[in-house]
Amino acid sequence: MASAVGAVGAAGHASTESGVWSWITTVDHKRIGILYGVSAILFFLLGGSEAFLIRMQLASADADLISSGVFSQLFTMHALTMVFLAIMPLGAAFFNFLIPLQIGARDVAFPRLNALSYWLFLFGAILLNSSFVFGGAPDAGWFAYANLTSSTYSPGDSMDYFTLGLLVLGISSLAAALNFVVTILNMRAPGMTLMRMPVFTWMALVVSFLLVFALPILTVGLIELLFWRFFDMPFFSAEFGGDPLLWQHIFWLFGHPEVYILILPAMGIVSEILPTFSRKPLFGYTAVVFAGVSIAFLGFAVWAHHMFTVGLGPVAIAAFSASTMLIAVPTGIKVFNWMGTIWGGSLDLRTPMLFAIGFIALFTIGGLSGVMHAAASSDAQQQDTYFIVAHIHYVLFGGAIVAVIGGIYYWFPKFSGHMYNETVGKINFWLMFLGMNLTFFPMHFLGLDGMPRRIYTYDANMGWDLWNGVATMGSLVLGLSFLIFIYNMVTSWLNGEPAEADPWDGRTLEWSIASPPPEYNFEEIPIVYDRDAWWAEKRGKVQHGVPVGGGSGEEEHSIHMPQPSYWPIVVSIGLIIASYGLVYNSGNFIVATIGLLVGIFGVYAWSFEPVNDPE
Amino acid sequence: MAQATADHGEHEATTTGLNHRKMLMWAFLGSDCMFFGSLIATYLVYKGRSLEGPLPIDVFSIPTTSVSTFVLLMSSMSMVLAYSALRRNRMKTFRVWLASTAIMGMTFLAFQVFEFRVFANHEVVVDCHAPIGELSIVELSVRNDKTVGCEATGHDEVEKQVGLTPKTNLFGSTFFTLTGFHGAHVTLGVIWLLTMFFLSFKKGMVTPERNLDLDLAALYWHFVDIVWIIIFTVVYLFGVFPGFA
Ligand SMILES: [Cu+2]
Repeated sequence: MASAVGAVGAAGHASTESGVWSWITTVDHKRIGILYGVSAILFFLLGGSEAFLIRMQLASADADLISSGVFSQLFTMHALTMVFLAIMPLGAAFFNFLIPLQIGARDVAFPRLNALSYWLFLFGAILLNSSFVFGGAPDAGWFAYANLTSSTYSPGDSMDYFTLGLLVLGISSLAAALNFVVTILNMRAPGMTLMRMPVFTWMALVVSFLLVFALPILTVGLIELLFWRFFDMPFFSAEFGGDPLLWQHIFWLFGHPEVYILILPAMGIVSEILPTFSRKPLFGYTAVVFAGVSIAFLGFAVWAHHMFTVGLGPVAIAAFSASTMLIAVPTGIKVFNWMGTIWGGSLDLRTPMLFAIGFIALFTIGGLSGVMHAAASSDAQQQDTYFIVAHIHYVLFGGAIVAVIGGIYYWFPKFSGHMYNETVGKINFWLMFLGMNLTFFPMHFLGLDGMPRRIYTYDANMGWDLWNGVATMGSLVLGLSFLIFIYNMVTSWLNGEPAEADPWDGRTLEWSIASPPPEYNFEEIPIVYDRDAWWAEKRGKVQHGVPVGGGSGEEEHSIHMPQPSYWPIVVSIGLIIASYGLVYNSGNFIVATIGLLVGIFGVYAWSFEPVNDPE
Repeated sequence: MAQATADHGEHEATTTGLNHRKMLMWAFLGSDCMFFGSLIATYLVYKGRSLEGPLPIDVFSIPTTSVSTFVLLMSSMSMVLAYSALRRNRMKTFRVWLASTAIMGMTFLAFQVFEFRVFANHEVVVDCHAPIGELSIVELSVRNDKTVGCEATGHDEVEKQVGLTPKTNLFGSTFFTLTGFHGAHVTLGVIWLLTMFFLSFKKGMVTPERNLDLDLAALYWHFVDIVWIIIFTVVYLFGVFPGFA
């Protein structure tokens, strides 16, 4: 063991260095995870500011803070930012940081591909948001229904930014998902069978498969949208016999699996936090895992519940209504198992635990209103009202974001090496819980009262002032809770007490190594004898690690870490140049071709870069 | 360097026993299935919904496309032979079969370009004495054309160029998008194979020990081939055979 440490020290790999260049060329999954996390939080603040402007405009009747055009851009970009630039990359941040640690691996299977995913995400996000500066952001809603998106009704470049931005983000997510599939299936420590994997890793695997199979559907839709706009190919043109509804089918065939892509990481996080702070193993591990898997399968069979009011006919509506209600079963199984985990445990109500319990409550409220929309006749009343807005924010804010914030608190000692401030953390939770309910619960009333979504103002005698005012007050509280969160993170990272390796008496392997983990993660690859592997070891099950470097006959054990590489960022830059070239093609594709050539050159250089040069 | 890569890349212990890169390729192809699946679904949803011609029955030439399909199928066989030759370290044989695979791929692409051009320049000839009920949409439109049609000219036979482009109708859009992306996949495969062909002249780059590189290319190539068989059946054959068309 000592020799292993020595060898690592002597090798002196570049990625232990600091400085901007080391971050640009990093292929270390922990650093990429942190890059993902920090970028996603920044985009979350951006999306939050957009929401705040929306709330300010709607605070009272007949307000004229924002014009209707800008309002449309704001709600479109708010949704796109939160879905694609905040929640998904926050999930990716956790996947990156945790998966190799939880399965006892040194890194992901393809470290450079991982770096490519991050840079494509960042540049894709910048591409999408740069539309604000270059003539206006997309304003056709995040689902971009045809005909709103045709070159007649969206004549500028805004929808091209939407299409290309999402295509680039799609490539990024697909590359990441493929990488995680291989990492989880193929790089588990000896003894870690699938049914011994931490539930978070399980959910990461399910999400990765969802991405692998759902993203290409969106890609095809975006390509058709692009060709429709650029080359007048009549994909969604009714005057050619085309069907604008085809876009809706394609979009929601992706879009519904997408909501599980957003929520399953959160469910994984909660399934890690609850057992640790209840001092009990997860209740019904197998049921939780299979519920997650069946949610993923069912997720592909329910898309038309977003289209109950477009006239699908009674048979289709009944079928999709039933399949949608069916999803409540595995979801309910999860909720009951979480409660079973808490039941009879000796609870330690620290900040992450508060967030996890808050998640269960809020997500269940969102789930209940979800079942209400599953009943098609009831949905016909709720379609396009604020009731839907309330539902989606209970599942995506009360669900995904609350769990993710809890997860950040839970693993903060691990990735930063410092303890967060517990008191500030608790204030953070209670303010967020209060603000969340204050903002989004009144939207149920507004929706039932008939207030439509996506209107930039409303008449005073509609009687919607009161609850809109309350919601806006709530968003102020939410904003405050976020500032407190950021304050806690920044001050704790800079001045927090040093964290022990295992401050929570954790169950999974990431707690068996130092905080923050060394670059090579594990000195010895652990051997896994049980679920909750680290608890098992701490409670006396014998565990001998596999010496690093593989063969036992070797004299010196050295850990080969992947070397830094700048080709991932070069390829990403090429693709972004190509995307801008396509947006501003004006009939020729010279810039797009140049960008593509840069990308291809990068791929070739990447392929021939020596990866494991033993120096 | 090459040796180090090979050691790491091909003999690394993995949980499932399947090499990382191979699993990546399988997962990617799974994703690609959904990609082509969505394109084919779009094609099928719009089948028979074009408001004007030309339609599949007007433009497809099954004999021609059968030839190109056969060539692509044979390229899969030569791909297998190339792989087998590499594993037995018969470098010359390997290069011959690899080059033939690439050439057959290029032949397929040439057929596709030719076919696209023929479609774009499609000419319709109508016998003005034929019963109207037997004419297709596009023939009817030529027959009744205000300038070159039967009534306008008074001829016994009229003709007009009615090209099929991606803009012409729903069939054109969905057909060219689907087959175009398949062609792009073949093009990528050809570039990959040619790269390996030229690398094989560099010492140590393409060796029996590193056969995984070729294995991955082969996996991709066979996949693209299988996709074409589906396209040929669903688009071409079902497009012209009575009862399906
Ligand atoms: Cu849905």
